[in-house]
Amino acid sequence: MAAEGTGTAPTGLGHRVRGAWRQLPPRARNLIPGILVLSVAALYPVYYDSLPTGVPVIQSFPSVGTAVIMIVFIMMAVGLNIVVGYCGLLDLGYVAFYAVGAYTAGWLASGHFQQVKFHLGSVGISSETRGIHLNIWFILVIAGALTALAGILIGLPTLRLRGDYLAIVTLGFGEIIPQFVNNADDVKPGPGVFDLTAGSFGINPIDAPGFGQSLNSSLGLPINFQQSFDRVNLFYWSALTLLLITIFCSVRLRDSRLGRAWVAIREDETAAAAMGVPLMRTKTWSYAIGAFFGGVAGAYYASFKSGAFPADFYFNISVFLLCMVILGGMGSVWGVVVAGAILTWLNQEGLANIGGWLNRETPLRFDVTEVQFGLYGVIIVLMMIFRPVGLIPESRHKRELEEGGLASDTLYGERHE
Amino acid sequence: MTVEAQPEQPSPRQALGRRRRPSVTSIIGLLFVGLIVLWLLRNFVSDPELFIEISLIGLTTGCVYALIALGYTLVYGILQLINFAHGDVFALSGLVAYSISINLLNLTGDTATIALIGGLFLTLVLTAAFAASVNFTIEFLAYRRLRDQPRLTMLITAVGMSFIVSNISLYFYGVGFYSASNLIQAGAAFSIGDITVRWNQLVVILTTIPVLLILTWLVKSTKQGKGMRAVAQDQDAAAMMGINVNRTISFTFILAGSLAGAAGLLFLLLYNMRFNTGFELGLIAFTAAVLGGIGNLAGATLGGILIGLIQSWNEGLTHWTAGGSWTRSIVFAILIAILVFRPEGLLGERTPEGA
Repeated sequence: MAAEGTGTAPTGLGHRVRGAWRQLPPRARNLIPGILVLSVAALYPVYYDSLPTGVPVIQSFPSVGTAVIMIVFIMMAVGLNIVVGYCGLLDLGYVAFYAVGAYTAGWLASGHFQQVKFHLGSVGISSETRGIHLNIWFILVIAGALTALAGILIGLPTLRLRGDYLAIVTLGFGEIIPQFVNNADDVKPGPGVFDLTAGSFGINPIDAPGFGQSLNSSLGLPINFQQSFDRVNLFYWSALTLLLITIFCSVRLRDSRLGRAWVAIREDETAAAAMGVPLMRTKTWSYAIGAFFGGVAGAYYASFKSGAFPADFYFNISVFLLCMVILGGMGSVWGVVVAGAILTWLNQEGLANIGGWLNRETPLRFDVTEVQFGLYGVIIVLMMIFRPVGLIPESRHKRELEEGGLASDTLYGERHE
Repeated sequence: MTVEAQPEQPSPRQALGRRRRPSVTSIIGLLFVGLIVLWLLRNFVSDPELFIEISLIGLTTGCVYALIALGYTLVYGILQLINFAHGDVFALSGLVAYSISINLLNLTGDTATIALIGGLFLTLVLTAAFAASVNFTIEFLAYRRLRDQPRLTMLITAVGMSFIVSNISLYFYGVGFYSASNLIQAGAAFSIGDITVRWNQLVVILTTIPVLLILTWLVKSTKQGKGMRAVAQDQDAAAMMGINVNRTISFTFILAGSLAGAAGLLFLLLYNMRFNTGFELGLIAFTAAVLGGIGNLAGATLGGILIGLIQSWNEGLTHWTAGGSWTRSIVFAILIAILVFRPEGLLGERTPEGA
């Protein structure tokens, strides 16, 4: 039973395999699929070159660079899953946290602030370069903390609101923050210019992560990713490590006291309060922790792209991330990972590939990428109508929906009479 | 028991206490309003004519916002659903209005006045019918099946629908901007003192008022309107009283859609629009609906006009203004402030859900 919960257990592989599988101790049954998936993922840059090209329909497998973006978006989706999936708070402005993370990286690891010169653990940059240059690994933590703080600040006045009012307020913040970074190229009142965000040009270049000279000579770790020969692979592996940490934290949090309180709030806010769950504090925690991962992912992505641009932070991204959570199954970490990988891949290269294949192999002439968000819309609507639990539903959630009755009143406040 | 247990339902004693001793939030809220009044006074004193001219522009835009906001409020009132697709239906119908008026009817700025009025009226009717059918289809295909699902499901479906509709506009109309603002000359219709009222402003205001009157009559005085209000209060009880709930909800969507269609045409006459205009306009209009008190028709109208005024004050006045690039932030800041300080809106009543 336990293995079925992971959703990765192979089924339909023949009776004998299944029999042998049942013989294994449950712990191994839980671990083996995970280890398999992890090793396939970790070795991806190694065997990428030998993968076939010209595959029907998808044409080619995602490049390693695309895979990095996939991992970053999965991280964000897992963070959003804490807010939406665990705690049942609809957040339509998650992109704001991504923006805060990216701009934190921009401020603290680039030559943006030419007025000062401050270096702390920066790698691969001449110590004469002006600007603030912190090591990216510090910045990931700082960005996470700042974003969590932003989450708390946004949460405190708004988390009292229920249901769709909360969705709208988060949407408002998600719109204000990109506009702020777009407009804040002169935040100093009066004469003179203080450029906070470089306006619509965005902050670039942003430093790359790395381990520096001393760690390189003792452990052989790369000095600076951007300057290395196989930079994409280095980014890939460190992103994967970050994702594993995120998933680990997410799963452990779900099973913790706090996580159970979140689920209780998701199921029935009033009942949870009656049982002594402090609503505001618990919700604020979910916001802060969800924001934390969004900030870390945003900062890392900014470092990978070597820039933070206001045009990256549009509402579409919030919906895109929400799609991953919905499609994967709200609250289900593994579902969100799978859906995040699929959707980001589709967004980055999949749709273009499939569209190209369709145009070549079938009489259909249709530019799929032009209306890609329309296709996501179709996916969302069909999913909501035919399979509202998602691809890999969270076991608890699925049980509830199957039992019926309760389903209409739970998940997200009561229906308004 | 924790204090936060039921913040949304103050006991009678708490409510009394609140009345006697103003809370911190209401003081901050009043301060906020006071600052806005001060800002307006400062601008009014320095240049009253500009102020009134700007306010007229705001009123015109506000009328369009009000029409869209009414659509949000009607649907929210009956289904408690923020119909995200509404703004996109508005944009699509505006683009269709362009096709009808410019391409199909060949209207130009030189068309004879009578023909122009007739053509625009025909466009208005056709666009409203088109938008109503789109809105009806959306409800029929998607929302209807999800009515007994959790509300989050319907809300997310609405977001999905919004993407679908805006991409339909994108597919048929591309990324270009469309405008029919040359149909009505921008010259002065009449002037009082130094203040001139322009023709396009007059047309918009004179179209909005009858539409609002018809809507009020439909909701307040017809049997179908009574049914709508009954379904909004309690679907099950309404069904037991013999009201056809499905038909009533469809009717609401048709009504909301035709308002969006009218707004689409009016917006096209004033400004230019493209496939994604509806998203931003929809959010602004939704803010207007929340500002006035969602579910409240008079509130949506008031909210729409207020938001229109605030927008044009911000973009047009000279003293202490943030300028057009901040308009969206200001509108959303208002939205957040309203939800925090007065979630029931200006004219709404405090409901359990609203707190």
